Amino acid sequence: MPQHAIRLDGVEKSFGAVRALAGVDLVVAAGECLGLVGHNGAGKSTLMHVLSGNLTPSAGMLSIAGVPHSGSWTAAAAQAQGVRCVFQELSLCPNLTVAENVRIVHRSLKGFGWKPRARALISAKLDEIFPDHGIGPDDEIADLAIGQRQMAEIARAFTVTEGALRLVILDEPTSSLDAVTAQQLLAYVKKETARGTAIILISHLLGEILSTTDRIVVMKDGKTVADRKAAEFTRNSLVSAMGSEAREHTRGAAKNATGEVMVSAQPRSGGTASLQARRGEIIGLTGLAGHGQTRMLLQIYERRQAEVKGALAFIAGDRQSDGVFNLWSIGRNITTRSLAALRKGGFIDLGAEEKLAEAWKQRMAIRTPDVDNNILTLSGGNQQKALFARALASDAAIILMDDPMRGVDIGTKQEVYAMIRAEAEKGRTFIWYTTEIEELTHCDRAYVFRDGAIVASLGADELTEERVLQASFAEHAA
Amino acid sequence: MNRRFLRQALPFLTLAVVLAATFYVQPRTMSYFGLNLMLQYAVPIALATIAQMFIITVNDLDLSIGPFVGLVSCVGATLLFENPALGVLVLLVLIAAYGAIGALIHLRNLPSIVVTLGLSFVWLGIAVMILPSPGGKAPDWLKALMTVQTPWVPFPIIAAIVIGVAVHLALMLSSYGVIARGAGGNPKALTRAGWSMLRTKVVMYMLAGLFGVLSGLALLGLTTSGDAHVADRYTLYSIAGVILGGGEFIGGRVSPLGAVVGALTLALAGSFLIFLKISPDWQIGAQGAILIIVLALRALVSYGEQKR
Repeated sequence: MPQHAIRLDGVEKSFGAVRALAGVDLVVAAGECLGLVGHNGAGKSTLMHVLSGNLTPSAGMLSIAGVPHSGSWTAAAAQAQGVRCVFQELSLCPNLTVAENVRIVHRSLKGFGWKPRARALISAKLDEIFPDHGIGPDDEIADLAIGQRQMAEIARAFTVTEGALRLVILDEPTSSLDAVTAQQLLAYVKKETARGTAIILISHLLGEILSTTDRIVVMKDGKTVADRKAAEFTRNSLVSAMGSEAREHTRGAAKNATGEVMVSAQPRSGGTASLQARRGEIIGLTGLAGHGQTRMLLQIYERRQAEVKGALAFIAGDRQSDGVFNLWSIGRNITTRSLAALRKGGFIDLGAEEKLAEAWKQRMAIRTPDVDNNILTLSGGNQQKALFARALASDAAIILMDDPMRGVDIGTKQEVYAMIRAEAEKGRTFIWYTTEIEELTHCDRAYVFRDGAIVASLGADELTEERVLQASFAEHAA
Repeated sequence: MNRRFLRQALPFLTLAVVLAATFYVQPRTMSYFGLNLMLQYAVPIALATIAQMFIITVNDLDLSIGPFVGLVSCVGATLLFENPALGVLVLLVLIAAYGAIGALIHLRNLPSIVVTLGLSFVWLGIAVMILPSPGGKAPDWLKALMTVQTPWVPFPIIAAIVIGVAVHLALMLSSYGVIARGAGGNPKALTRAGWSMLRTKVVMYMLAGLFGVLSGLALLGLTTSGDAHVADRYTLYSIAGVILGGGEFIGGRVSPLGAVVGALTLALAGSFLIFLKISPDWQIGAQGAILIIVLALRALVSYGEQKR
């Protein structure tokens, strides 16, 4: 058996009640390039953070070159053992130069003359991976373009001072690179594995995964569900491995598409396809997280290059930062979107406000004895119900939802789904960004986003997990 | 011309303009004695500014540095004078206290502004307990050090250069200084690389405490007696000095040389306004106006940078 670079046995990680990793076994051999794919929430990023020492697993064993490290695996230990990670959101300090950022990951770069050594180290690696990169070692990161920053971070991960480089994890490394530099990187990955370094490549570009890696592991619901040689996969078999058996549709026949068009907008972030929502429709926005869905909602909300007929309301998914007013009562949180309608002679009609809050507490079945209690006395799910009540109680004809079911329990979800359905029948239009493919079964139509553009429009009868995955994962970088 | 260079040169240009204006209004200041007199109080201000800069480097703000400097001056005029060993011990405890505050702010994720605002009253209270009314005596070596007559170049200028260059070497050029500034630029990246944010913050707070102590002693050497309220204005001076010197409140962008120059500018501006016979009531306002002009210029430079 060839020596392994890193080995995981039954690694689990839970965040509260959510099990992000449900017992992962993974072996990466020295000199192997492993592809890791999976849909949103499959556990890829949690696994990466465990490997890089930034998250301590709740259970299981992690061993490096045969030595177990389960309890003492920290970010510092990972660095010392030659395990590096290029995270999707950049891990460079914008106020420092390229050379200074190299110093941060190399403890041995110190003492007299550390800076010339750091400069030489990063310049040589940049030249090796990305010829013609145009990055100076004394350039401040904040002055570099986003693609150059990514190049600098990738090159930094491959620099070696003391201790061998064992494993490099690349999370969507080509997301900000153009086609030429992406090819340079993938060529370098092969060269580096030939030297004995193990590499884990995470990407939504399946062509990239299939052409570069030796072996592909598919993750789903916190577990590895497929683990085979890359040559044995095709694009289609990879997509079907990520998905699951077809689910039963809860939606009735597709609505006849004759209603009045309420929203019509083309994403500013890319593509030529545009979105349309008619009166009474529930439109889903899907695709991998962070590919322009929230930006689309904001673009509609701000009515920038979007034709919108009627008032809008927005339901935030990130309750704590965008949703609730922490210091206010439940009632105030519900009525804040409707204050204009509750005015009487320039003042808020307190009686009417109270009545509105009470009515929506009943309709949404918010579990509280008194709407005058502080919003934080509610559970997360009930807080989210209050945010739904805020939007539904308003005069809005179009309701935008930014993945509103994050961290909401299944019972509450069912109640809210029914409510959305009922409101849509009454003629309200919903535009619903969701990261959960099951929720699309409640939609009349869905748009799949990739790299900021709409890449597919699926009707209710086509809304299968497989179709969504097919569209979400591109063949090659544009 | 390179705009980054322009932005870095701005503090020096400001100092030159204020200096030229002072010389123009009162030509007699253009002498060894004149410069010495005008700039001697810039030394403690520069030290306090450096203390503030260490805190700003890690994205915090210290609203207690003024009363802290006052407390040090009271300790220096009483304990340090009467019982040097005990005095030194107390000063070391004060530096350790700064480190402990840094740890508290980091571990409990507290807003530094609130904690240090509260602490400013604690420092003031202790100072008043030690020295209820202005008095006490500065140790002779302190007085001698602060009034030393250096040949050719006045002592305050030499002191300012030494302070600026020493801190520049430590924070801008050393390998550990990179970690300290990185902690302000992207704390997450630092943690991911295996560095302890707690340790970094404690070190920076203790350095701030050290420079606060140096500032208090320098001030005591000039005033020769202690006073709990002697440095109340230093809190704002130190923040203004860092910002005048090209530093930014968040993001780990600071400049030790700039901060010292900023402190010199503020001290000079005080003298300049006196020469203009502007009533002391208006001086704070006039200093604020200088600050606003410089910041507006900097915003203009940065704006051009973004447009480019």
